[in-house]
Amino acid sequence: MNYARGIRDGFQYLLKTYPEVFAIGQGLWSPWYVGASMTDLDKEFGTDRVIDTPVSELATTGAAVGASLCGYRPIVIHPRMDFMILAADQIVNQAAKWSHMMGGRASPAVTVRAIINRGGEQGAQHSQALHSWYAHIPGLRVVTPATASDARDLLIASVLCDAPVLYIDNRWLYECESPDSPVVELKLEEEGPRVLRDGSDVTLVGSGYATWLCLQAAEVLAADGIDAEVVDLRVLNPFEPGAVIRSVRHTGRLVAVDDGWQTCGMAGEIIAAVAEAVEPACLKSRPARITLPDAPAPTSKTLEAAYYPTVEDVVNAALAQLGRAPAPKLAKAS
Amino acid sequence: MANPGIWRNEPAAPRAEPETGRPARAPGNAARGAVAMDPPAGNTLGIHDLLARLDSLAEENYFDGPTADATGPARLGALADPRCYRDPLNIAGWGANGLRAMLGGMIAIRETEIALGRLVESGDVVCPVHLAVGQEAIPVGVSHNLDASDRVFGGHRSHGHYLAQGGDLDQLFAEVLGKDAGCSRGMGGSMHLFAPETGFWGSVPIVGATIPVAVGAALAAKMDGKGAVAVAYFGDGAAEEGVLHEALNMASTMKLPVLFVCENNLYASHMDIAQRQPHDSTARFAHAHAVPAMVVDGNDALAVARAAGRLIGESRAGRGPGYLEAVSYRWYGHVGPDENIDVGLRRSAEELAAWKQRDPVMRLGAAMTARGDLTDADIDSMRADAAARAAQAAERALAAPYPEARALFDYVFARRAG
Ligand SMILES: Cc1ncc(C[n+]2csc(CCOP(=O)(O)OP(=O)(O)O)c2C)c(N)n1
Ligand SMILES: [Mg+2]
Repeated sequence: MNYARGIRDGFQYLLKTYPEVFAIGQGLWSPWYVGASMTDLDKEFGTDRVIDTPVSELATTGAAVGASLCGYRPIVIHPRMDFMILAADQIVNQAAKWSHMMGGRASPAVTVRAIINRGGEQGAQHSQALHSWYAHIPGLRVVTPATASDARDLLIASVLCDAPVLYIDNRWLYECESPDSPVVELKLEEEGPRVLRDGSDVTLVGSGYATWLCLQAAEVLAADGIDAEVVDLRVLNPFEPGAVIRSVRHTGRLVAVDDGWQTCGMAGEIIAAVAEAVEPACLKSRPARITLPDAPAPTSKTLEAAYYPTVEDVVNAALAQLGRAPAPKLAKAS
Repeated sequence: MANPGIWRNEPAAPRAEPETGRPARAPGNAARGAVAMDPPAGNTLGIHDLLARLDSLAEENYFDGPTADATGPARLGALADPRCYRDPLNIAGWGANGLRAMLGGMIAIRETEIALGRLVESGDVVCPVHLAVGQEAIPVGVSHNLDASDRVFGGHRSHGHYLAQGGDLDQLFAEVLGKDAGCSRGMGGSMHLFAPETGFWGSVPIVGATIPVAVGAALAAKMDGKGAVAVAYFGDGAAEEGVLHEALNMASTMKLPVLFVCENNLYASHMDIAQRQPHDSTARFAHAHAVPAMVVDGNDALAVARAAGRLIGESRAGRGPGYLEAVSYRWYGHVGPDENIDVGLRRSAEELAAWKQRDPVMRLGAAMTARGDLTDADIDSMRADAAARAAQAAERALAAPYPEARALFDYVFARRAG
């Protein structure tokens, strides 16, 4: 099962099992917008439940919030996270706050699915990964699956959760395979970071695509006799750093990886959590972070190649933690 | 009640003669003269003021009264039917030199788009490229009324808007290829064009984003008091974003010199307008905000030029914004040189073939050859020249250097240019 298939299976399970679930967003009847992640769901479940929309992000999202207050479980799809910014009021001011503002009596059980769709020289308004930005918002659960089974099961958990959830997937992961597994209905409230690979030399922490970078880097490091532990955050808000803290206590070294920008980003949050909780004597070196540079995405081929963090960057950061020289040039990550 | 905000200069009947000047309704008594042209006191525009102002614009146009009601205007009718408006343009009253410039402008845009499409096919261009072949008459007609002191803004499909303002061809190709010599120094690609020296103040691919920016440029123009106007180009899809309505309301209330140009090509990516809106004409939104609107055949450069000229003239004279809906069709698909057959409800090989018969280039060219302004050979050589210029620009851009690595950080925070 690959990641895109995992997402599609999640939708299929939800639409089949729960009549109150529907999907709405731009491009749902198109072969292009959402990659292979929703292929033919409109044909399978009808265009009344898989709804393509006008170019109206704000109204579409607001409509989903409204329907969620009235008993439905909508999933709003934003095929590109950059365009979702037009809907920010409904996500940040409305969905995230109604429960709190109404004394817990309102539950906007809406799932907003944002797709990170970057690369391909698309430039500054077609490339953004804004998970850290949204993770800043109390009341909005933020979920970033890194594996195919999580892509499916965390989508299901998001939709079944009574709180608004921002579910973020990344098209660079769509082809990634993970072993087949049966569908499980998880309780999102109980989900959090998870160790995907055990190791004792250095802790690599990521979420979404950054987790994939960490896993690849761990493979490379293993060939060099270095045991990296990989922690996948999975849920960015509410942020539960327990697994990260336990891991760093064990390895004494931390590389936080994020495919968003550095300033006020998730990588900084990870390091802060470790700095607060891990006894200084446990740390064998200063934690490091690998992120996007604090610049909007370029379009130019050469600049784009320099812009995105690679497996090599993570490997070298891990080597530096161990006081080792950078690895000879590795092939660039996809 | 007649709809006071909607003007069409094309009769809605199929095979109609464009630009007949046949009024469907006799101009009202208040139609012409000083009363009509006097801006109303304060910011309020009464319905009679509006009618008067519109009648004063009428001349060759007719008022689309009978079909209009509180919900808005009629459907586009023949304007959206590719079997209509195929004849050579009526060029009576237009001089050969001006027409040759407009024809040349359209040919240049088309050959450029075709050359860019080839670069996509060859894999040299990777960034998304939205081609506007078939829609060339709109920017050429609009820019006919503009100069470098005006402020034009576009969107994702804006090569033509840039070129019609006189944007540099070499810089366009370099930009699309992400080269340092590009109009945005290779930092933006096809969807981020910038040539303020020509009056082209920027295009970006967030749908609808430059509509309020153009309103702001119009506010600045009004404050400057030098008679400049702003132009916002956007598509029928962008009319579905709330920001259009906020912008129309503001521009109308503040009487800002901005022309809203909706290039209605009946599609937003894969979706037919019939799947997205209850009416296929977007001019109803202008009506709702008391902005004078004209709906024209967007494949008739002269109809576009006339309508834009009239609305821009009003804006320059301090009488506020205008809305031009130009109906057209893109020959290529949403992005890249693929034809996108069989997307949406309607778009099919037959529909595409039919629209190619409403070719804005051919219709002007045929009228000019019929009158003896040009020969077919002249048109062929105009085309060959434009293709050669595009090929040259492509070659130069391919050979040009990429930006240096530091460019990633050089422009993040704005510094005063120079
Ligand atoms: C805010 C936003 N939403 C969605 C998109 C994706 N998108 C790009 S172009 C387009 C269609 C726009 O249609 P229209 O405005 O009619 O312009 P056309 O492509 O027909 O020229 C869409 C939906 C976007 N770029 N920005
Ligand atoms: Mg369109």
